[in-house]
Amino acid sequence: MSAARKIGTNVRAEKGWFASHKWLILRRISQLAILALFLVGPLAGLWIVKGNLAYSLTLNTLPLADPYVLLQSLLAGHIPEKMALIGVAIVLAFYFLVGGRVYCSWVCPVNMVTDAAAWLRGRLGIKGGAQISRKLRYWVLGMTLVLATVTGTIAWELINPVSMLHRGLIFGIGMTWTIVLAVFLLDLFVSANAWCGHVCPVGAFYSLLGRFSPLRVSAAKREACNDCMDCFAVCPEPQVIRPALKGAKQNIGPAILSPNCTNCGRCIDVCSKDVFRFGLRSAK
Amino acid sequence: MNDTNAKKPGARQPSRRQFLIDMAKTACTVGLMGTGLALYSKQAKALPPLAIRPPGALLEADFQGACIRCGLCVRDCPYHILELAKPEHNVATGTPYFVARELPCEMCEDIPCVKACPTGALDHQLTDINKSKMGLAVLVDHETCLNFLGLRCDVCYRACPLIDKAITLEMLPNLRTGKHAMFLPTVHSDACTGCGKCEHACVLEEAAIKVYPIKLAKGELGHHYRIGWEEKKKAGQSLVAPDDEHQYTLPEGSRYEQGRGLIQGGNGESTAPGAQPGALKALHGDKL
Repeated sequence: MSAARKIGTNVRAEKGWFASHKWLILRRISQLAILALFLVGPLAGLWIVKGNLAYSLTLNTLPLADPYVLLQSLLAGHIPEKMALIGVAIVLAFYFLVGGRVYCSWVCPVNMVTDAAAWLRGRLGIKGGAQISRKLRYWVLGMTLVLATVTGTIAWELINPVSMLHRGLIFGIGMTWTIVLAVFLLDLFVSANAWCGHVCPVGAFYSLLGRFSPLRVSAAKREACNDCMDCFAVCPEPQVIRPALKGAKQNIGPAILSPNCTNCGRCIDVCSKDVFRFGLRSAK
Repeated sequence: MNDTNAKKPGARQPSRRQFLIDMAKTACTVGLMGTGLALYSKQAKALPPLAIRPPGALLEADFQGACIRCGLCVRDCPYHILELAKPEHNVATGTPYFVARELPCEMCEDIPCVKACPTGALDHQLTDINKSKMGLAVLVDHETCLNFLGLRCDVCYRACPLIDKAITLEMLPNLRTGKHAMFLPTVHSDACTGCGKCEHACVLEEAAIKVYPIKLAKGELGHHYRIGWEEKKKAGQSLVAPDDEHQYTLPEGSRYEQGRGLIQGGNGESTAPGAQPGALKALHGDKL
């Protein structure tokens, strides 16, 4: 990784800005469109979607519910009504198919905050920082589930930045911005991708949910890789790439099988050799 | 690569050591976080007295395990009285509540907030809004309530959606003037829903009548207590002693009536037994 060259210079020179940011643009459109659907109700009185990411009702018929928060509720000793159960079933099926952490990169509003932090971190040339284990998030996930069981409340929801930000944007932000700022600063100064890639139990939960998802990013043309390392530099979970990209000899891949790949598609965008594409888990 | 492989047997010991240290570090970090959050969640279980949950809400401890903070109750409330708690509020983050003094529950007959709740944190078994128990109104301040001062304010009584059931006016003699009556607003816990209309309507700067959580507002008799007159009603007769008419020693020509007090002179009404002149035995009448 030469510090002299910025990430994605090659691909930008070859394909132009739009083609080299295709999936990023689509992802932003997805994130903003979902937010907009929630917001046209309270802002314009056009009630397409009511609620927030914990539970929503679309056109007064389609329920969608967050399985993680309902799991905590269940552990706290409450069995939900039918609508929440239907909503959970739909959401479970969806992320089981497209990859759990698609939630993180295509839906979650915090992603835009942490992406902004990552961008600024690159711009300011901030390097290094605290060493946080990527396994920490599973410990935090376990902790939230234990807490729900022990306290009989959905304790994590008292401080969950993900639901607080989304709820805040729709129902009034209040002091929630301080918590969002904390996440931003954590990612900017303490460690790269600290929140989404190391701490967040919501992402950890969704990664487990997408453990066997058929839709994966695949290093289909990995033999064309010229080791420019741009994909590693741009990826928020770079540890997921190596087995797929470099596993030809060990007969691993080419699909990225790690459940922590968020299917964000940045590696597809940034590669000038078109190594990556969306494909199936079983892709050869 | 070969070098690292060759070193492996020697390097193994510190790496296992490192692994255990890292484990301990992570476990301690998460343990600390968890302990902090557990303590916070315990604090958050204490709902401030002025925050009232929507109708049908489970008991606070259960509510916080059942409410997923989606805000559908807020959306479906036609009067926009509900709010989701923000982090700076003193209510568990994201959970719905209202403050009666600002906007009370309008007690919709179809209870849209309860219907909207996807989890049952607002209990779907509540189908009659008049049976809801959001809290209990208490006439907290007898010193400033205008009716206690002898005036006929009555605003809380008039505002009550269950007028004459949840709030009644109880007539008592005004001992200050000696000749007027006081009509004291009296809340009946069996009928009061805790909607907060009385608190909202109270004309004072600070409401003299307030809705409190039932736990704070209601006393509880000892479980072995028996109320005599109720037992008597159940049994159909007095359980301890023969039931005698109450006797009073009164000046001649006057009589006493429960609830009305002393009545001077016979004005054509039937004379009460206690008013019979010279009834000395009345002195001992209630000492059987």
